[in-house]
Amino acid sequence: MIYREAGQFKTTYASDQAIFPIVQDRVVVALGVLAVFVLPTRFANEYWLQAILIPFLIYALAALGLNLLTGYAGQLSLGTGGFMAVGAYAAFKLSTAFPSLSIVIVFLLSGLIAALVGVVFGIPSLRIKGFYLAVATLAAQFFLIWLFNKVAWFVNYAPSGTITAPSRTVLGVTVTGPTASAAARYVLALVFVAVFALIAKNLVRGRIGRSWMAIRDRDIAAEIIGVRPLRTKLLAFAISSFYCGIAGAELVFLYLGSAETLAFDIGLSFLVLFMVIIGGLGSVLGSFLGAAFIVLVPIFLTNAPHVMGLSLPVAFQKQLELMVFGGLIIFFLIVEPHGLARLWQITKEKLRLWPFPH
Amino acid sequence: MSAAAGAGVLLQVESVSVRFGALMALSGVSVDVRAGEILAIIGPNGAGKTTLLNVISGFYHPSQGRIFFEGRDRTRLRPPDVAELGIARTFQNVALFKGMSVLDNIMTGRLLKMKGSFLLDALYLGPAMSQELANRAFVERIIDFLEIQAIRKAPAGRLPYGLQKRVELARALAAEPKLLLLDEPMAGMNVEEKEDMCRFILDVNGEFGTTIVLIEHDMGVVMDISDRVVVLDYGRKIADGTPDDVRTHPAVLDAYLGVTHD
Amino acid sequence: MIDVLQHVVVGPFRDIGSNPAFFGEVVIGGILAGMLYSLVALGFVLIFKASGVFNFAQGVMVLFAALTLVGLLERGLPVAAAFVVTAAVMIALAFVIERVVLRPLVNQEHIILFMATIGLNFFLEGFGEMLWGANVKKLDVGIPDRSFMMAGMQVNQLELSAGVIAAVIVAILAVFFQKTRIGRALRAVADDHEAALSIGIPLKTIWVVVWSVAGLVAIVAGVMWGAKSGVQFSLSLIALKALPVLILGGFESVAGAILGGLIIGVGEKIGEVYWGPLVGGAIENWFAYVLALAFLLVRPQGLFGEKIIERV
Repeated sequence: MIYREAGQFKTTYASDQAIFPIVQDRVVVALGVLAVFVLPTRFANEYWLQAILIPFLIYALAALGLNLLTGYAGQLSLGTGGFMAVGAYAAFKLSTAFPSLSIVIVFLLSGLIAALVGVVFGIPSLRIKGFYLAVATLAAQFFLIWLFNKVAWFVNYAPSGTITAPSRTVLGVTVTGPTASAAARYVLALVFVAVFALIAKNLVRGRIGRSWMAIRDRDIAAEIIGVRPLRTKLLAFAISSFYCGIAGAELVFLYLGSAETLAFDIGLSFLVLFMVIIGGLGSVLGSFLGAAFIVLVPIFLTNAPHVMGLSLPVAFQKQLELMVFGGLIIFFLIVEPHGLARLWQITKEKLRLWPFPH
Repeated sequence: MSAAAGAGVLLQVESVSVRFGALMALSGVSVDVRAGEILAIIGPNGAGKTTLLNVISGFYHPSQGRIFFEGRDRTRLRPPDVAELGIARTFQNVALFKGMSVLDNIMTGRLLKMKGSFLLDALYLGPAMSQELANRAFVERIIDFLEIQAIRKAPAGRLPYGLQKRVELARALAAEPKLLLLDEPMAGMNVEEKEDMCRFILDVNGEFGTTIVLIEHDMGVVMDISDRVVVLDYGRKIADGTPDDVRTHPAVLDAYLGVTHD
Repeated sequence: MIDVLQHVVVGPFRDIGSNPAFFGEVVIGGILAGMLYSLVALGFVLIFKASGVFNFAQGVMVLFAALTLVGLLERGLPVAAAFVVTAAVMIALAFVIERVVLRPLVNQEHIILFMATIGLNFFLEGFGEMLWGANVKKLDVGIPDRSFMMAGMQVNQLELSAGVIAAVIVAILAVFFQKTRIGRALRAVADDHEAALSIGIPLKTIWVVVWSVAGLVAIVAGVMWGAKSGVQFSLSLIALKALPVLILGGFESVAGAILGGLIIGVGEKIGEVYWGPLVGGAIENWFAYVLALAFLLVRPQGLFGEKIIERV
């Protein structure tokens, strides 16, 4: 099947407004969704699921959340790690306090709690913009981590200070805790990210997304159209933190199993921001591409020396990884500042015209 | 004055003063805008024309004086409130949403016409979808009207200047305003584009009955399309009347020709 | 409830009143620490002013400078020579950064450049450790770390010297900006890029100069902090502590960086000593941020900013 839209006439605005207006895209996406649900659970081994696919899905959800805030609403945040921590600790408290509560509900409630916290820390966005706001969101990052470290109630007074995911089931399948299979955790993470990616897409292509982008692109013009900056920015903070909160809960419940506040330090904030920038600001697809990139690069860097038959000292290897990682980031920003999503778009444009150059 | 005096008066600016530090941007300016007219504001650079529009649209609040819209005191509203009253505007240096497509820019202008529940929006179901489509249909009518069909999917930031101005007008029209404020709608355009823009302005006024206040430097254009002209100089109103009155007004000649007159 | 209020609102002030000499020590300690914040914040401001880049790698530059200096000293270089070589390294680094990172990204959005400096942050961290090793190093610059009495208050000699040196550096930079040709050019660039270009100042040169100056400032900051707490990875985190200073003083104001640093330094010390114990301590990671934000609520335009009238 040639990738071409010739002959496909859009006769209604509904078909023109669709997420995938071209038939070929819809076919590929439908097959793709089917494939990601079935193939990995059947064929992927434990390593692939645990080391690559599960973290990829969780980071993609967090990146989606940050992208809504930074890419669409234009509010730069460095507090992602803090908001994810809120989700994780809320999920831990909820699931241990109400053992019979479905884990799906627990995740959603944790997201809501994170959303509330996000709104509180989003309030400075009314007064300050850009890097000033970014620095202000660091207050959220440091304060929240300090709070979870300091107040033993959050970890149920565990002397170790760690939170551990209890065993919970969905539809009779164990999805969290030490006995949960990687496949089960994968499917749960996939369902969440798929549903919330669709919701994100619906939000950004409609009323709400347009008011976010209007504030991002030209706040003065947005106001005179009737966009209320306070409400619009805080909504962006709320939804973004909701996504990040769920991602944080998943990080502990579906991936790490147990964690301390260290897992949510400022490094995580930067990691998610990298995903968004490298994937593409203001792109739902970009959040996935960026997450894939950031998950795969360290794995590649760790394994490359082995594959090449080199054995490097551990410390040297770690330093080299840092250097290559930093270098790659700079390289990518120079090559395509608009991210992988733009590269993908350009490829698609080329493909539509192929074999002609223009 | 009150509502009674405003029979046929849509907007009333009553001895408004605006001060920036030591600078009086406007001092005691009064302007009545009558429903259905095209009113031009002219004056040399720095006369306070844009400041007047900014006061009307709520970006600045007057240090003295009051503003009435449809007879009600609207002196201290914020821009989004002003938008809800039915006032739309364009900007001197085109304030489009550069990262969005032309279509999305104009759809954003429909924002106040779109109500919705967050949940339905998130799922893009039922009313959310039908409302989106109904507004899309309305926007398409404006696109047809302003003859910008071919660029509807183009990113707004990459358009030539003249087209950007047209898209900005489309976005303002999408709000179906009662009062439309245009800040130099023809600045930087060539003759042909100016003619198009004049035609659009007259059509908007004629077909939809929209009241229009515009700032313009091109005297030919002003004299041709406006019903009334207000002249500002150094933050004061120096003349107010039909184009013919204003053209021969001595104070206006002085302001433009730079002759001191005492 | 009343009891809590009593503890939070009244108690600390009673403590302050009952031992003014100790309060004086706290304030002096705050001022000295604040001078160092100012110094790091200055590195940010210099670069932001001249190039609009929020250089997140400033902290790592401090670490890198200190690591280089210590590494050279350990290899037996005399102190003066080590300083000169380190300075040369930092200037070379500025050249490389301009050529490899900044020039290809010129005219990109600020957030892209910001991300690039985070990439730089990773790179320098790995590179510095690869060159000089990752273990904690002792940096001895010959000033003893002990206290003496001054007007009835204990003052740490090392902190005092650090504060004085920082003050001198700040003064030198102020003169540099006001009096020298290149300094004036830098200010011109900050005000208007095109204007600066039109009078014949190449942007390239200016970027190299500001990054070099920021690198030299990083050496001083690295030596000061390194002498106190040893040269180690955590040194790169002091940048995070200087960021609230930027909210307070503004990204573009040299005077704001200096005064903001002092306010944060003093405010933080007072908060830590008198209020910290009430909430279990270790509040130094976030208290400065809250302080800066609270200040913004009162004065949104920051320390020296004029009330902005937005042109529409």
